[in-house]
Amino acid sequence: MTPAPTATADLPPGIQRRRFDGRERFATRGERVYGEPRDEEGWRAWDAGRSKLGAMLELGMDPGFDGDDGVLYLGAASGTTVSHVADFAGPTYAVEFAPRPTRDLLTVADARPTLFPLLKDARAPETYAHVVEAGLDYVVQDVATRGQATVALRNRRFLAPDGRLVAAIKARSEDVLADPDDVFADALDDLRAGYEILDTRRLDRFHDDHLAVVAQPRPDDVL
Amino acid sequence: MSGRDPGDSGWFRYADPTDIDAAATVINEETAEQPQDWPAEAVRAGIVESEDDYYEALHAATVHATREAVRERETSTEQQLHHSISAMDDAERTANELAERAVEWAGSLAGGDGREPPADGIDGARAVAAWTPETPAEERVVSLAERVVDLDAERAALRSFVESHAPTVAPNLAAMAGPVLAVRLLSLAGGLESLARKPAGTVQVLGAEDALFAHLEGRGPSPKHGVIFTHEYVRGTPPDDRGSAARALAGKLAIAARIDHYSGAFKQSVHDDLDDRMATIRDREGGE
Repeated sequence: MTPAPTATADLPPGIQRRRFDGRERFATRGERVYGEPRDEEGWRAWDAGRSKLGAMLELGMDPGFDGDDGVLYLGAASGTTVSHVADFAGPTYAVEFAPRPTRDLLTVADARPTLFPLLKDARAPETYAHVVEAGLDYVVQDVATRGQATVALRNRRFLAPDGRLVAAIKARSEDVLADPDDVFADALDDLRAGYEILDTRRLDRFHDDHLAVVAQPRPDDVL
Repeated sequence: MSGRDPGDSGWFRYADPTDIDAAATVINEETAEQPQDWPAEAVRAGIVESEDDYYEALHAATVHATREAVRERETSTEQQLHHSISAMDDAERTANELAERAVEWAGSLAGGDGREPPADGIDGARAVAAWTPETPAEERVVSLAERVVDLDAERAALRSFVESHAPTVAPNLAAMAGPVLAVRLLSLAGGLESLARKPAGTVQVLGAEDALFAHLEGRGPSPKHGVIFTHEYVRGTPPDDRGSAARALAGKLAIAARIDHYSGAFKQSVHDDLDDRMATIRDREGGE
């Protein structure tokens, strides 16, 4: 028997707390993607150890999702996290640069009609601005490249004025030797050129040397 | 898109969105400076009846476009790397051979007018290329030396091409072996897919086929290593422990190739495992 799901404030109906093997976890409803537990009603556990966005939720961060958000996901990799996003959100654009993981992303997209996969470089948004719509509610970013703040700034053009950037900044991608705290401070400084930082949190419990950032585009800047 | 209605730069404007091949080409190749509300634009332009129809067409078009793009990138980058590394080796061999000739020739002309006889190899050719020729014979030898310098620059450019592109094809293999050795292994195995299927023992002796077959015919010892000899972990290990080092490295390289082929994501733990294992091997006193 599956116990009744716990009501969680501020989460869209597409994300629920469900019990798997006696432990309560976040879950979304959809086809299984990476061997995660899935219950008889089709809810599949969201593995916080494999997904930075999952870790943010697990740590109590609230990006403010409301259920039919339009999302641009940068650094979709093989689709682990973006599969959950497409399960609960509205139109979801998934950008990934490396061909090999994109092959797996395509399988994830086959089973999700509102997930749109794109083999593109997130550093060059003009190569997909003719496909990805403007006025999106979220840009979710998880790119393991140097210049992560620049990527976020360049992709601000896709966000609605009240949209949100939800980014996982990986310290080692910027500088393997520097102290992660210094790397994060620099990245936040760079981000402030176009965003107001709303919340940050270290993800170390699940992902070493990662900083989660929630930010909104600065209204005083004209794109 | 200067001078045009910005709404005209949407992917669906270039091709009939139901013509999936044409739409795929547009998605993969066109650009636009700024995004617009494409679903609304497509409805307004009468291209689709509703936004639901738009998203349905967009899904079919992006999945198809991306599948095509993946296929193209995966096959072509591997091919280009294979050609690049062969060309790099050819350029290096030819440059050395011509450098030897130019230096020998220039040595016969040096001395008379106070010129130093050039050193051996590419460095010597570089020195000769800087001479100001004064006789027809010197003109020829300086010109030949200039060709050597150019060829050596081409070798360096090919190497940096290999170094920048190997990680996109095989991130774990390139990080573990170094991009050049990674591409040599890929070339010897006949591609990433085929390397991923080879047992570690085969990876260990790739490039040592002559010695391996001599051994199988009973004419020699079994080779300890093939091209992986160029790796610091093998070459930098004392000879008595080199067999163990080569075996450990080959085992992890085989795993790295499998991760690259079957998952494609970078996995730190396999690199840490190898570093630990090598530290153990090198800590041994006096070999096995």
